[in-house]
Amino acid sequence: MRFTGYDTEGFYDEVFDEQGNPRPGADLLIERINALPDKELHRRQKAAEKALLNLGITFNVYGSDAQTEKIFPFDIVPRIVQADEWEVLERGLKQRIKALNAFIDDVYNEQKILKDGIVPSELVLSADGFRKPCIGLKPPGGIWCHITGTDLVRGGDGKYYVLEDNLRCPSGVSYVLENRLIMKRTFPMVFDACSVQPVTDYPSRLLEMLQGLAPQGIRSPNVVVWTPGIYNSAYFEHSFLAQQMGVPLVEGGDLVVNRGEVMMRTTKGLEKVDVIYRRIDDDFMDPKAFRADSMLGVPGLMKAYSKGKVALANAPGTGVADDKAVYAYVPEIIRYYLNEEPILNNVPTYACWRDEDRKYVLENLDKLVVKAVNESGGYGMLVGPHSTAEEQAEFAKRIEANPRTYIAQPTLALSRVPVLLEDHFEGRHVDLRPYILYGKESIYVLPGGLTRVALKKGSLVVNSSQGGGSKDTWVLNADDSSATASSMQQQQEVN
Amino acid sequence: MLSRVANSMYWLNRYIERAENVARFIDANYHMTLDIPEGASDQWQPLINTTGDHELFKKLHGEATREKAIEFLVFDRNNPNSIHSCVRAARENARSVREYISSEMWEQINTFYLMINNAAKEVSMDLPHQFFVDIMTASHTFIGITDCTMNHGEGWHFGRLGRMLERADKTSRILDVKYFILLPSVDYIGSPYDNILWGALLRSASAFEMYRKQYGRIDPKKIVEFLLLSATFPRAVHYSVVTAMISMNNITGSSRGTFSNKAEQSLGRLLSEFDFAALDDIFTQGLHEYLDGAQSRINDVGAAVQKTFFSPQVEEVATEARINE
Repeated sequence: MRFTGYDTEGFYDEVFDEQGNPRPGADLLIERINALPDKELHRRQKAAEKALLNLGITFNVYGSDAQTEKIFPFDIVPRIVQADEWEVLERGLKQRIKALNAFIDDVYNEQKILKDGIVPSELVLSADGFRKPCIGLKPPGGIWCHITGTDLVRGGDGKYYVLEDNLRCPSGVSYVLENRLIMKRTFPMVFDACSVQPVTDYPSRLLEMLQGLAPQGIRSPNVVVWTPGIYNSAYFEHSFLAQQMGVPLVEGGDLVVNRGEVMMRTTKGLEKVDVIYRRIDDDFMDPKAFRADSMLGVPGLMKAYSKGKVALANAPGTGVADDKAVYAYVPEIIRYYLNEEPILNNVPTYACWRDEDRKYVLENLDKLVVKAVNESGGYGMLVGPHSTAEEQAEFAKRIEANPRTYIAQPTLALSRVPVLLEDHFEGRHVDLRPYILYGKESIYVLPGGLTRVALKKGSLVVNSSQGGGSKDTWVLNADDSSATASSMQQQQEVN
Repeated sequence: MLSRVANSMYWLNRYIERAENVARFIDANYHMTLDIPEGASDQWQPLINTTGDHELFKKLHGEATREKAIEFLVFDRNNPNSIHSCVRAARENARSVREYISSEMWEQINTFYLMINNAAKEVSMDLPHQFFVDIMTASHTFIGITDCTMNHGEGWHFGRLGRMLERADKTSRILDVKYFILLPSVDYIGSPYDNILWGALLRSASAFEMYRKQYGRIDPKKIVEFLLLSATFPRAVHYSVVTAMISMNNITGSSRGTFSNKAEQSLGRLLSEFDFAALDDIFTQGLHEYLDGAQSRINDVGAAVQKTFFSPQVEEVATEARINE
């Protein structure tokens, strides 16, 4: 199977330039794949899928029973990110999370940015992710958002844009690690030739960061991962991360607040918990502080948290900053707190609660992507160019009835990557979700991240719940590319 | 360790062991019926009785035929103890402690489940023997992988405790049911069928060859002694209870002969009974009565384990904590 005849169809392609030549850094990969015997690539693709199924690397689909776990479709051709490109992204992501964290801390404490009128106060206080019980909280080290997964896309202009900041319980990092494992198993020679930055130490970094949050004076803190349970769509990830860090995976029923401290029920009685990496929404954490009907939560948890008896990652309330309405203000937020120009671009965003913006949106529904600010996972969206007049009318009604809850953005010509089909490669749209760990000492950005692919031809929706798949993301090492090329040449000569 | 995790380790192993035993029962029975031309169908009801689910079977299917019995014991989702149900339950338990067990263990259970699931979709069962061998092998592989890839710490001991209690229960059941089925068939005594039937009983516990090595001639009393009282044959009741006790002591930290909770006490009593049991006394008392008593005491141990470790006094602490708040 070869790449001859692969057509970028005028889209920005991550692997080939406009002339159809491999982009710098991708040439080795293309060369190697082109050199594979017929059917070999398919054989390896099948082997990779079988490995994923046997390993049970699956996700649950909401509304279906336990029988229908699915593997997250996986395409064997990796995505390549060049070193210099990555360096900029990394700096931009660090800058962004620093500013967003300062924003969250400010919103729950002094509210300077609101008083200064940079971000409209009513917008923030009415955000779906705003949590009143968090007002006045001071998390350890002033850090609220320890784990972030930021969605990036590349437009037709070849520039990266931030699509959204996932500051609550971002999923997907386990697939990054497993994809890499599968790739190393199925494609060792290609992998070896390309000099790729490793991702394997993510769990150790995560554990170190979490341990660093423990209340002072605790020498070997008890860290746990908190899952809603085996029927949660991201359960695989919860258990994977707990396993990789070697810490207990707990459910709400395993935890109890006793004499003001959070404890877990063990075969030898109650044992104190110091740090909780929670993968459960704010609303369900503590029926006393948030939703009273939560069956998953631990009564009294927030009280223990506010007294500093236990640390939570991420802190409750961080959702206020990944509201799609607040997103529109992130460039200003960066300038306000850091006094720097934003390194990463925001997608131009029309906020429907501003009269002018709403007018423009209503007149251009066929050209825009409209998003409900409180929905995620591709739900509650109108993709203008792919919609019917009826759907547009329906959305117009919704926007007029409730302007606060809608934003609109121009449709980006998302970049594409080649995916393997029956007998050829075809381009499909992708995004990229890098993961960022914000610890007391430093900020770590996992080199690469989850590349999600819209497997349906022409589709722009990459979510796994909507038929998306994934690819391994290879961030190449700096300086090394020339050295690797020559070492490969040598190797070929020897062969 | 977390009580919930200990609970899952225990049940995960019980379910795998149960599935393996059912597979062995069916396989041995199937082969036996091929050897006895007459009255072969009569042999399927006792098999259902062995598993203890005869009432459910009667309600669902009525008379036991070979097809119905195999379907009920292997694939029936309405039967919580069918092989399919057991492996599914084992997998659900494994999934809930996936971070705790080794990934090799998980992969083995997962592929085991996928195998049964695929077989359930196929209409005809062309090679029942191979299928049952695959199930037994999958179980043995799981036990081997567990022993080789997991810390032999608390969780591993909970797993082995579960497996041994299940095994003790199943071996005693098969002895109880089969012994009385086989004994009254006077016609067969001394006939070639006699050896076949008693051989089948031994095979149901994978004990035929080991028995032969130790006793040679087929003798019903010796078979009882072997399956009940052997301290060296790994599927014998006595052996299972000895091993369960070792794990129990490891969990609690008590030394042998002492106890620190109800579960340990009742298991210890059961063990001392077997340690000092003599075959003559058992037959004087009546084998059925003896086995019946042993089974209900194995059940008591199970209930005590449940109460002591999996849903312990912590409940009270929790309520107290809510009041304190």
